[in-house]
Amino acid sequence: MATSSNDEAHWRKTTRLMWTYLAIWAFFGYVVHFFVIPLNSITIPILKFPLGFYMAAQGSLIAFVVMLFMFARQQDQIDREFGVAEDE
Amino acid sequence: MATQSSAAGSDFIKNLGRMYGFYTGGFLAFVLFLALLEWVGVPNRILGYLFVFFTLAVYAVIGIMTRTAQVSEYYVAGRRVPAFYNGMATGADWMSAASFVGMAGTLFLLGYDGLTWVLGWTGGYVLVSVLIGPYLRKFGAYTVPDFMAFRFGGNLARGIAVLVLVCCSFTYVTAQIFGTGIIASRFLGMDFTIAVYVGLAGILVCSMLGGMRAVTWTQIAQYIVLIVAYLTPIVILSTKHYGIPIPELTYGTAIAEITAREQQMLQQGLATAANLKPHIQPFFTYTPLNFFAICLCMMVGTASLPHILMRYFTTPSVREARQSVAWSLFFIFLLYFSAPAYAAFSKLEVYTNIIGRDLASIRPWMFTWGDLGLIQICGKNAASVQAVIDACKAIAGHPGVVRLQDFVINTDVIVLSTPEIAGLPYVISGLVAAGGLAAALSTADGLLLAIANALSHDVYYKMLDPNAPTVRRLTVARVLLLVVAILAAFTASTRPADILAMVGWAFSLAMAGNFPALVMGIWWKRATSTGAIAGMLAGFGLCLFYLLVTRYFPGFGVKYAFMTTLYTPAGAPMVKDMAAAMAAPNAMDSWVTLAHPLANKVGWFNLTNIACGLLGAPLGFLVIYVVSLMGKEPSAEMQAYVDEIRKPRGRTVLEEKTA
Repeated sequence: MATSSNDEAHWRKTTRLMWTYLAIWAFFGYVVHFFVIPLNSITIPILKFPLGFYMAAQGSLIAFVVMLFMFARQQDQIDREFGVAEDE
Repeated sequence: MATQSSAAGSDFIKNLGRMYGFYTGGFLAFVLFLALLEWVGVPNRILGYLFVFFTLAVYAVIGIMTRTAQVSEYYVAGRRVPAFYNGMATGADWMSAASFVGMAGTLFLLGYDGLTWVLGWTGGYVLVSVLIGPYLRKFGAYTVPDFMAFRFGGNLARGIAVLVLVCCSFTYVTAQIFGTGIIASRFLGMDFTIAVYVGLAGILVCSMLGGMRAVTWTQIAQYIVLIVAYLTPIVILSTKHYGIPIPELTYGTAIAEITAREQQMLQQGLATAANLKPHIQPFFTYTPLNFFAICLCMMVGTASLPHILMRYFTTPSVREARQSVAWSLFFIFLLYFSAPAYAAFSKLEVYTNIIGRDLASIRPWMFTWGDLGLIQICGKNAASVQAVIDACKAIAGHPGVVRLQDFVINTDVIVLSTPEIAGLPYVISGLVAAGGLAAALSTADGLLLAIANALSHDVYYKMLDPNAPTVRRLTVARVLLLVVAILAAFTASTRPADILAMVGWAFSLAMAGNFPALVMGIWWKRATSTGAIAGMLAGFGLCLFYLLVTRYFPGFGVKYAFMTTLYTPAGAPMVKDMAAAMAAPNAMDSWVTLAHPLANKVGWFNLTNIACGLLGAPLGFLVIYVVSLMGKEPSAEMQAYVDEIRKPRGRTVLEEKTA
């Protein structure tokens, strides 16, 4: 069974989306927290959280949740674009 | 049930919202009713029992109503659990006694460094959704070893995957049953061993008759109880102190107050720089390497744990599997982003109302916990004012006020005592106990099912007796579930010393054993059976070796495996004099106890053994890559199957006999 060019294009786009999301994941999971010490010297106004602490306790978590809903939508759009999505 | 038509099934799905809405309302009414009972003077102990037995009875009713005799219902709940509800069930499956009771306590003790667990136990869902979960759903497996066997040439791969699954899930389920024992014994005053077996009964009624189908619908009920129980006390506390019912926003102020109070305590001599861990200062307990290593192992471990992955086998479609991961993390997030608030409010209470207070004016909420030995002041259980005064008088030169170094608290107390700190009625404490129990039971159910399914479906049906009729398959599944459950309860009742560390180990073992093969199996068509089998063995083997040697055979590790002492973040070696430690008479003993001077204190690259997956998984990837390239590429047929997995449309690759 040869892979059709449509399937290949679908997979290329899926792969690109995968790397994009892994990059964002790495940013919020790790890169931000490498800078926790300088970030802690910034205090969020009104709420009074040190920013470095806030990112690890809430900021990154919110980013993960939002990312997952966005990913589900975008991957579905890719599947529809190439006609490989499931019927509703 | 075999006679149930699909029309009745879809009615059931349509009515879910109403059913669970009704259930939630009923639960809240029950809490109010108990509050009324408390007001008319029913004793606390009776209220505690009512809470626990009522909630257990509800789970049992759901478990019995959803019993099934169909294989696909038993293993994957008929694949028709909507994304939203599957997300809730996954939330309960995921959040264990450790999350519910232990997380806030860890954050209380470690401050910023504890957040590695919060990050690690949430971020992994990104990997589940992007790399693995939806593809396994399309594949159509009943268990994770099913996929390994199909993709990597049969029963050898299946056997290794079952081994990895049992290794990581069994220790984890033991910790959950241990957790039910702790909660029941603490709140109901039951004997610990009896409490363990009562917990076991609670677990079995949910999973025995209905398998995945019953576990799914009870886990949703358990999620509702646990999240209401977790959020209620802290929302009330936040409203009382700061006037805003959103603790996640107000605890920033508490943190600012804690930081100011820490400085004050140092100046007043109530704490020393050596024993005070500043709440917001990073890398005080873990070195930066270990902080990020633990975080990575928990994330990747999440995406490799079979009891989590198999929850996404139950959705009606690949699309819903992805949405379901998002909902799962949302429901988990609700608890995890509240845990630091518990830690902050409790710490502020301890720092302002216990530390520095005159001994005679200590707040009475803590004596309940002191009586149980969970809070100690001046080295003795803080059971009463007199006990505290006597204990501190015995210390020469004690200033007569509680100093930070005089105060020792068991981490479990943080969540359990918050209702009392906030001055709430006992009914809220009972609610918290019911929530903790729900968290432990639901996780234990998911894990038990993962183990029993692997043994009954993969080992018995696929490897030993492929012609077994449905009735016998389900009977075997149920008997195995019972056997594994009793074995886990027995292990828990012996109170093994490493029980809490084992949960962390399970993540690393799952990461090293499963992750490389799962990812390469889906994302790299060229991955061969030999490569994957070699990679799984190498990764899992290295991880297990590092764990066992550093924990149980440290002398061997130092002598033969080039291990050296680990260092604290401040740069001090944990084993001060290696030559002396090695020369000690028991240094080369095997299975050393936790108290041994070398146990958990040696290793490579200053890496803590909880993060041993960081050694195993990269090796696994490397071996799969190299060995695969050395062999012949997989057959065109297999490559076509991989293409099928990658496209949501169409039939599942694996078609099971379901009659």
